Amino acid sequence: MKDYFFQDTIGKPMDRVDGRLKVTGAAKYSAEYELPNMAHAVLVGSTIAKGSIKSLDTKRAENAPGVLAVLHYQNAPKVPGYAQAAHPTEPKPVGQPLQLFIDNQINFNDHPIAVVVADTLERAMYAAKLVKAQYNEEKHATDFNKNTAKAFLPTAAKRNPKHPLGDYVRGKEDAYKTEPLKIESEYVIPTEFHNPMELQSIIAHWEAADKLTVYDKTQAVMGTQNAFAKDWKIPVENVKVIATFVGGAFGNGLHTWPHETAAIMAAKKVNRPVKLMLTREQMFTMVGYRPHAWQKVGMSATKDGKITAITHEAIGQTSSYEEFTESTLQQTRMMYTSPNVTTRYRILPLDVSTPIWMRGPGEATGAFALESALDEMAFVLGMDPLEFRLINHTDKDPEKNLPWSTKYLKEAMQMGAERIGWSKRQLKPGMVKNGEWLVGYGMGVGTFGANRGRAKVKATLHKDGTLVMQSATTDIGPGTGTAMVQIAAQNLGLPPEKIVFELGSSLYPPSPSQGGSATVATVGSAVHAACQALKQRLTSMVAGNADTSFKGATVENLTFKDGYVSMTASPSARLSFADILKQQNLPELEVTEESTPDASLRQKYSMYSYSVHFAEVQVHPLTGQIKVTNMVSCADAGTIINAKTAGNQMIGGAVGGIGMALTEGAVMDHRFGRYVTKDLAEYHVPVHADAPNISSLFVNKPDLINNPNGTKGIGEIAIIGVAPAIANAVFNATGKRIRELPITPDKLI
Amino acid sequence: MIQFQYVKPSKSKAAIDTVAKDQSAVFIAGGTNLVDLMKRGVMNPEKLVDINKLPLRKIERENGNVRIGALALNGAVAEDKLVLEKHPLLAQALNAGASAQLRNMATVGGNMMQRVRCPYFYDTAMPCNKREPGTGCGALEGYNRMHAIFGHSDKCIAVNPSDMNVALVALDAVVLVSGPKGDRKIPFAEFHRLPGDTPQIHTNLQQGELIMAVDVPENPYTKNVNYLKVRDRNSYAFALVSVAAALDLDGSTIKSARLAMGGVAHKPWRLNEAEQFLAGKPATEATFLQAAQIAMRGAKAFEHNKFKLTLGPNTIVQALKNASGVA
Ligand SMILES: Cc1cc2nc3c(=O)[nH]c(=O)nc-3n(C[C@H](O)[C@H](O)[C@H](O)COP(=O)(O)OP(=O)(O)OC[C@H]3O[C@@H](n4cnc5c(N)ncnc54)[C@H](O)[C@@H]3O)c2cc1C
Ligand code: SF4
Repeated sequence: MKDYFFQDTIGKPMDRVDGRLKVTGAAKYSAEYELPNMAHAVLVGSTIAKGSIKSLDTKRAENAPGVLAVLHYQNAPKVPGYAQAAHPTEPKPVGQPLQLFIDNQINFNDHPIAVVVADTLERAMYAAKLVKAQYNEEKHATDFNKNTAKAFLPTAAKRNPKHPLGDYVRGKEDAYKTEPLKIESEYVIPTEFHNPMELQSIIAHWEAADKLTVYDKTQAVMGTQNAFAKDWKIPVENVKVIATFVGGAFGNGLHTWPHETAAIMAAKKVNRPVKLMLTREQMFTMVGYRPHAWQKVGMSATKDGKITAITHEAIGQTSSYEEFTESTLQQTRMMYTSPNVTTRYRILPLDVSTPIWMRGPGEATGAFALESALDEMAFVLGMDPLEFRLINHTDKDPEKNLPWSTKYLKEAMQMGAERIGWSKRQLKPGMVKNGEWLVGYGMGVGTFGANRGRAKVKATLHKDGTLVMQSATTDIGPGTGTAMVQIAAQNLGLPPEKIVFELGSSLYPPSPSQGGSATVATVGSAVHAACQALKQRLTSMVAGNADTSFKGATVENLTFKDGYVSMTASPSARLSFADILKQQNLPELEVTEESTPDASLRQKYSMYSYSVHFAEVQVHPLTGQIKVTNMVSCADAGTIINAKTAGNQMIGGAVGGIGMALTEGAVMDHRFGRYVTKDLAEYHVPVHADAPNISSLFVNKPDLINNPNGTKGIGEIAIIGVAPAIANAVFNATGKRIRELPITPDKLI
Repeated sequence: MIQFQYVKPSKSKAAIDTVAKDQSAVFIAGGTNLVDLMKRGVMNPEKLVDINKLPLRKIERENGNVRIGALALNGAVAEDKLVLEKHPLLAQALNAGASAQLRNMATVGGNMMQRVRCPYFYDTAMPCNKREPGTGCGALEGYNRMHAIFGHSDKCIAVNPSDMNVALVALDAVVLVSGPKGDRKIPFAEFHRLPGDTPQIHTNLQQGELIMAVDVPENPYTKNVNYLKVRDRNSYAFALVSVAAALDLDGSTIKSARLAMGGVAHKPWRLNEAEQFLAGKPATEATFLQAAQIAMRGAKAFEHNKFKLTLGPNTIVQALKNASGVA
């Protein structure tokens, strides 16, 4: 078994199959397609946060050179599917995504009020500036702190108290309160924005009255296809979605958004293909964000370090028109042995646009509070935080009372502690120095469900011995195509150079969206199945050969390697895949396989990926300058398919976590309900100078209960737990516990 | 399309005349600031006079000065041998600014002239006296974390965002200007303004006046210098507070000092009194602390930038420590 996973192709740090295309600029992103007669659209947003449009002056814009149309609530083509979206039968609406141009209501500052379509982008941009609106302004509520009293239990949990978003009590409720050794702290994370390099963009093209093609930046090919088919009441197969390359997304491509509808409406109206790309400023209002969150953790422990109780409460921001929720408190329920655990999750609607999952959604927010609180508790106990975590490590899921499918978190912790030099850490803060700089060490643990969905892959073996696979998944950067090629190479016994994996088109067999760290487990399983099916077909072909050297061949007694089939017992009997097809007179051999996770296994096992992050920071005591000087991120993520791309993911997540901890956070002026940090100069994503040497280490042990390739997800756990690791290191360096992110120099002087 | 004319003269006189005659005309150099402002609709010039053909790129010795042409690139100046030898403080300040890509486009003249980075100035949907006199100062009671603690008025509390300017004011630079009425020299400390009642007026340069060069007089500050910039990320961010410190040391005694701050006022903020205090004193942490206290006299902060009242003096002390080598 071991050999199968650790030799050959699986695990090799193979270069990305599309690496050359990306670095040479040959890879085409959605906004880079040029269609004949294409027009350009620019979205116009409101300048108030709440109220309604009193009057809209579009005359000047309409008369500007090159303008083809100015669409708004009074003249926009009706979206026939909108009416369906409400659920009249349900007791209370849980809200719905923003419906574009249906009325004059303004729900947030920069709410789309018009879309201007012109023959060139420059003309559309200019005319967009000429659209002027008068408003009936109403009092808005955007300040989280001033409105926390309005937070409520999500409707889904109200309807079903057993819902994961509902209140959870294990043992005694709020048991920490009566314990002698305890901590109680509040934590805040600001609104954070995904800010991928590639701006959100779409080209919408009505090829016929009921036939829509979109080149769209999305993580969800099928989701987008379904959404637009429903909106426009056309057959699903009449909507074609192309997302061959996606320049990063981090979650904001998981939904369809108003700007996409704007482009589709515009294309319908002007009867030409229409391209719409958001501006960087619009990326702060149109495509979601990680919501502002307040959290409180109470924790108690015995003197010898056994956690006796945890209470973790969270309030996350959402919009006034849609309930956005995430599993902020999940890690608290299952990570540590504590016999008493209470969690309460609430959401707070504000006059802002709706959030969306952002890398490590919910869990990254929750882990900041939980893993900071663990550090605080360990400090109260005078205990090493690593030892504290090991004492409270649990070998079964205390929430569901099930065994783990696999869990190698302890190994990951040991690897990481050794690599960072954890033994240099002193219990007392401020003891280690480098010249004037205070040196500190911190750690944080992360977890995320080892998700797996259902996917279909079509695999075609051609007579030249090459394999082409197709599935409607996307690759937002992790290297999906590369991983799929390696899985196929391993499973079919074909050199990776002979394999192509095509994705990012709704014409391919269905796959879920690329999200929740589930792609390799989901699509990889379908690739595995397709390879098994091909092997089966090849086996029956050779077994039935006139030449009897393969007599009695079964998949098990054959060896598939380098594009050849041979009898394992007598390897001299050998045939290439190409020759087998030739013998059969087949131009190609095609299979389409679907892979579905065995639901019953989820009743028997609890499945999670784990990460542990170690950070070394230096803080200048006078100026508050902070440098992360070393980071080690270790993961128990099952089988590692590609050491390089998996390492890339961990490093990217760690840098994202540095941003969360030290630099990122959007600021709104609540007098206007409008963001004042909405470009890359003012909203600080971390840069190279903020990123130290980051080592990524993998336990690399398969989880065969989860899926036949043994993988678990990496994308989310790469960031979950990083921010607390850094915040804890800052405390260890300075003795200052910063509970509101980001930790900027002013907070440390 | 936003219509504007574009000309690229090869004689400075032609450039000057064009801008002097036409209120809606502006010079464009690297474009790294102006183009952004045009895209956001903050500046709407009808004519761009591209000065990149003018022979203003040289860095040379001239009459006891290092003379830096207005079109010398920020990156080139920071790496120039003469600058590194005579004015290492300037090189340090330039390297602390923006990013490598921007420094390779941005010019010395453009850097001097760059506009404030106040978010209200940039967002045409917000009030801002500087962009639209009379609309009010959005930052005064809004988000003012990056704003001034010195020399502000109730009309405007923005800061000059440049790093280079902080070093140039400390080094007593002189700006060489050519205009419709002839040439003139402007001492660096008088080049930028305080906002007062007219925050819309950015500098003391008149319409049509072209910066030709900046002279940095040779001085003894070639060794014990430090430009220290504290910012929210370790590169590509404007200063929360920055300090340019230069010392002329005789053993451990300070013969003379130069000190200026960035990120605290509408102009690069020279700290004359603190300099005078330092002269003749021993280079010790205690001296630096006192100088820092003197420097902070008269500072007044707003809701979100109170930290500058602590970060300011701390950064002064640290910059002086770095410059002097006193641990
Ligand atoms: C994202 C970002 C981050 C930045 N970070 C920093 C930073 O950390 N520190 C810092 O110091 N700077 C920073 N900058 C600003 C940068 O230094 C300036 O944009 C640059 O110096 C401007 O030079 P330019 O040649 O491109 O000017 P332009 O954009 O061409 O012109 C700017 C102004 O100067 C005028 N002008 C130009 N040359 C002359 C001349 N010879 N005579 C008269 N007027 C002239 C123009 O008319 C215009 O009004 C940053 C900029 C950006 C975009
Ligand atoms: S500080 Fe100055 S630039 Fe900023 S809003 Fe006020 S007037 Fe405008």
